[in-house]
Amino acid sequence: MTIEIAAKPQDAHTPSDLLARVARIATQVARVHAEDVDRKARFPTEAIEALKSEGMLGALVPSSLGGPGVPFAQVAAMCEVLGQACSATAMVFAMHQIQVACLVRHGMESPALRDYMRELVERQWLIASVTSEVGVGGEMRTSVTSVVREGERFTLEKDATTISYGAQADDLLVTARSAPDAAASDQVLVLLRKGDFTLERKGEWDTLGMRGTCSPPFKVTSRGDARQILPVPFAEIASHTMVPVSHVVWASLWLGIAAGAVSRARAFVRQQARSRPGSVPPTAVRLAELSSLLQSMRSSVHDVAVEADRLMGSGDADALSSISFALRMNNLKVSASQQVVDIVHRALLICGIQGYKNDSPFSLGRPLRDAHSAALMVGNDRILATNASMLLVLKDD
Amino acid sequence: MNESIRSILKEHGRLAIEVETLAEAADLYQAGMTSHASVNVMLALESQFDVEFPDRMLRRGVFGSIASIREAVEELTAGR
Repeated sequence: MTIEIAAKPQDAHTPSDLLARVARIATQVARVHAEDVDRKARFPTEAIEALKSEGMLGALVPSSLGGPGVPFAQVAAMCEVLGQACSATAMVFAMHQIQVACLVRHGMESPALRDYMRELVERQWLIASVTSEVGVGGEMRTSVTSVVREGERFTLEKDATTISYGAQADDLLVTARSAPDAAASDQVLVLLRKGDFTLERKGEWDTLGMRGTCSPPFKVTSRGDARQILPVPFAEIASHTMVPVSHVVWASLWLGIAAGAVSRARAFVRQQARSRPGSVPPTAVRLAELSSLLQSMRSSVHDVAVEADRLMGSGDADALSSISFALRMNNLKVSASQQVVDIVHRALLICGIQGYKNDSPFSLGRPLRDAHSAALMVGNDRILATNASMLLVLKDD
Repeated sequence: MNESIRSILKEHGRLAIEVETLAEAADLYQAGMTSHASVNVMLALESQFDVEFPDRMLRRGVFGSIASIREAVEELTAGR
């Protein structure tokens, strides 16, 4: 008698299987190179190539366009496992997925963009974001530059204060005013294809943390097919997708950084305990405290990720453009960005000098430096000011 | 009512174009109104018409044009 154990091909693409593959890349590739990536402020090539080879750059593309159609909350979980190993890899992956989410959710009406998404699944193009600009003071929802349409073509030039992995990306998604005479907030999102743009680097990227994201300022010069301009106003893309997705994937990777730091602190306390069996090391109480903080952070990140996934999936435009949704997403960003610094700092106190040393297995320098970027990526004060103004009209009824 | 709405937009909407030239259905966000300015417009409308916009109305579309603002205010003041 032969028993045939049939491989179920559909299993290969279940979201949990894909998450397991990303987790393997995190521990077997990203973690191995994380120190070198950080020290040299170089792009995490190995991990991003590994993610490409597993088809993960097209994770959000729906099955109708040949992608695996991974639920958004699952992509957030991927950012979390990558964040435990290498913050730079996690941030590059997260930022790319934000761009794909914008295309998937707002480009489906356009045949040209649908073709692009099919190609993205096949070729695993890496997309960078160009929302920053010299002269707007960090306000994503205003642009100085504009798209200039000439028949079926356009030209676009932009002085960006920062483009993460600009030099490594295949394609770019760029914000600009919709026309030379449009108001500063009347923006569109434009896909720039490789070969259609040139980047002139205007500075360096030598930072405290998140060094491997390679995010210097660039001057972008481009021309392209007008069908690469997304067919809906950027205002809608920002509130329905870009902002909520950004805050959830960022918070998820910050959760990963926090969890990674806590796991070092746990290993340290275990080592202390093993050296003197019978007595609970004093650091164990601090670890107990830390474990509770990590759990709160995890609960709030997961809660909001599931909530955002549900609302975005429902396509309820009213709910997505509501002030209460924007407030919840902003609250997540602000709280997670503070929690990650607090948790890594407490992990450092537990590990003591072993955490402070760069060459110890309990070193926490890199996660601590990376964690401090969280409050600055869209400054918390800017977000709190927005929330303060929204709370003037929100009744919580 | 349209005149009151226009004067509030003129004072608080920070539009890039003259309020007088705006059609009733014209998109205020395209005319340059930011989210921050829209909150000030909401507050001024609440004060002017002695209403409170419930949270279900606090979304982009409701404050997207003079016509949609008028509809919202009329809904809240109906039966007074």
